[in-house]
Amino acid sequence: MPATKKMMTGDEAVARGAWEAGVRVAAAYPGTPSTEVLENIALYDEIYAEWSPNEKVALEVAGNAAIAGVRAIAAMKHVGLNVAADPLMTLSYTGIGRGLVIVCADDPGMHSSQNEQDNRYYGKFAKIPMFEPVNSQEALDMTRKAFEISEEYDTPVLIRLTTRVCHGKSPVTLGERIEVETKEFERNTAKYVMIPGHARKRHVFVEERSIRLKELSETIEYNRIIKGSSDVGIITSGIASQYTIEVMPDANFLILGMTNPLPEKKIRDFAKGFGKVFIVEELEPYLEEHVRMFGVEAVGKEVLPRCGELNPEIIRKGLTGEEFASPRVPEDIPIPMRPPVLCPGCPHRGFFHIARKNKLFVTGDIGCYTLSVLPPLAMMDTCICMGASISGAIGFAKAFEDQPGKKVIAALGDSTFMHSGLTGLMDTVYNKANVITCVLDNRTTAMTGHQEHPGTGFTIKGEPTHKVDIAEVAKALGVEHVYEVDPYDLEETDRVMKTCLDVVGPCVIVVKRACALKVRDADFALSVIKQDKCKKCGNCLTIGCPAIIKKGDVYLIDRGMCYGCGICRQVCPFDAIEAIEDVQ
Amino acid sequence: MDNGVKNIILVGVGGQGIILASEVLSEVALAAGYDVRKSEVHGMAQRGGSVSSHVRIGKEVKSPLIEKGKADIMLAFEKVEGLRSCDYLADGATIIMNDAEIIPPTVSLGMGEYPRNVPERLRDMGFKLIPVPARDLAKQAGTAKAANVVLLATMASLLDIDQDLWIQVVKRRVPKKFIDVNMEAFRLGYEASKA
Repeated sequence: MPATKKMMTGDEAVARGAWEAGVRVAAAYPGTPSTEVLENIALYDEIYAEWSPNEKVALEVAGNAAIAGVRAIAAMKHVGLNVAADPLMTLSYTGIGRGLVIVCADDPGMHSSQNEQDNRYYGKFAKIPMFEPVNSQEALDMTRKAFEISEEYDTPVLIRLTTRVCHGKSPVTLGERIEVETKEFERNTAKYVMIPGHARKRHVFVEERSIRLKELSETIEYNRIIKGSSDVGIITSGIASQYTIEVMPDANFLILGMTNPLPEKKIRDFAKGFGKVFIVEELEPYLEEHVRMFGVEAVGKEVLPRCGELNPEIIRKGLTGEEFASPRVPEDIPIPMRPPVLCPGCPHRGFFHIARKNKLFVTGDIGCYTLSVLPPLAMMDTCICMGASISGAIGFAKAFEDQPGKKVIAALGDSTFMHSGLTGLMDTVYNKANVITCVLDNRTTAMTGHQEHPGTGFTIKGEPTHKVDIAEVAKALGVEHVYEVDPYDLEETDRVMKTCLDVVGPCVIVVKRACALKVRDADFALSVIKQDKCKKCGNCLTIGCPAIIKKGDVYLIDRGMCYGCGICRQVCPFDAIEAIEDVQ
Repeated sequence: MDNGVKNIILVGVGGQGIILASEVLSEVALAAGYDVRKSEVHGMAQRGGSVSSHVRIGKEVKSPLIEKGKADIMLAFEKVEGLRSCDYLADGATIIMNDAEIIPPTVSLGMGEYPRNVPERLRDMGFKLIPVPARDLAKQAGTAKAANVVLLATMASLLDIDQDLWIQVVKRRVPKKFIDVNMEAFRLGYEASKA
């Protein structure tokens, strides 16, 4: 009787692997494409799972759980590992009691990220073993194995995935959970307290461990050779290996699943049969540089791009020169862009409309509100990383000191505020900055799929818990001018904004209105454009609501899409948009 | 075909049910004993962006992405999205095209134009086009919301997989009280390719 197979995403498979490996503690902060790892782990009763305020906290929670004696896992996206890098680097020195696995999901092509940094370098930088699954079955198997390796070698282990593995689905054979006995924690300051005297000795341990891990890399089954009939040799890893196998089915492959440390001997032995080897990898020439360092002639980034994700046609062009004849669509056929936009009813729309009205510069942050950068709202000046809005506004305000006409506000969401806004806000008070911090509180972590956070009042498992009050936090940090407004009320939002613009010193405006996708059955009256009153001025289009459509020269509101927020009604200078009382 | 692998691309606008359709397709293929790979891009779907999913079915499949020029069937839930992804199709491939036109905000804002006569233009490019008025057929079955099941069924009729498997999987995936409506929607969609 064949074992049951199930279609799973890479993220689901990692979660399953963690469960099968007897994990007891899991922590993460949402981040595409890693979010579903913790969402799926939370479905298992045996595992304590938490949304941490940010990735640093998540890794500290998981890392210390592992030190204290239970298997633990932390998950994050590539830029999230930047936030968790501080604990990562020293957990490599301390090692653990029971297994610790860090799941890092990179985003080549930046489907939804601010950069496409290649986090394979973190495995090398932190001197910890690193695995790269090519599909969901490997994601599960490698996660299970990673806990064993973590304990055998006394090291955190990094599992590095990319978007196409995280969100791609492939068949997985499921296993059973093992229960892992808690390892008794005994004080061991030389191992866990990294004062310089202790850390110096642990660094020596780390170097010795690296030698033993290198030996493992030479023999581990994840670094495997597929012999082919042609005389082409290809070294590859991750999802790129899967594209390449199909594009070059007759080639000889060395597929690397353990990519730190790399198996130097295996690579040199493989390359002996060929004059030169091709290296097929996404983003950086990480493998290529190592292969060259090992004395093997390699061709990689000479024929393949460093920017963007790879796909079968790019690989075919790079390795064989064959190019797909595109585009097929004749030039005269228009294909309009369809970028993501703020949803009908989105509270951010009202806020950014008022910011625009007041001609403000906006240091922005990461979330749905980042979409306000797109036309027609076009109201964001910077977006760099989580929390950079508030601290960035301080920098801007200092630079604008001699230009009183230029005013800057910081805009960030409630989850972003919990993640890394408090320290920036503290700085506006401590260092007396003339900055208005606007926290767009839609009561959820929206962009990544509506996860809970410390301000929503619920844990990942749906248990009620303390809800952080942003206005109270601002006051506790010493902000004297704190306001709460409803962005559906444009007049009030404008009044408060103007009040704050007259203040010299830090202000906070908490912009409170729940995400439209979270409150779907709201009882708001929908809007309709009265054609006899409409002067076709186009003002309603400037708020960028997808429910407002211009057909020819007629302005209409799609009743199926309208949420009933009423922002368009307040924006029409001719009162031509009205509320309809009865809704079909 | 592509080394014995059948390639199906599903495209549309966030909220139309593309991901659900690709889930059902891959589950059915797996149940029928095939190796399957599926890709999709999450995240932007709810914000009215384009959605596409690649499903690849065969004896042994590695890549979750279809190579350009190798898709056998496209299931287009929306017209311009079908046009946008037609480079993935092999010459003469089959497009099942829903009659929905969802105007992108870029067009309403005057930053683009919605193309006209999309099905005819695609036929001119050499593709076999099966138009499906999915919303009308779904309404006939009982609810416009079953439009994605109609389209799924039209695609099912072109694949060499037992209809019963499809029905089993669809039954598992739709709310219990709507099973009958969805079964009727499936029947109507299945017949649509023959019309």
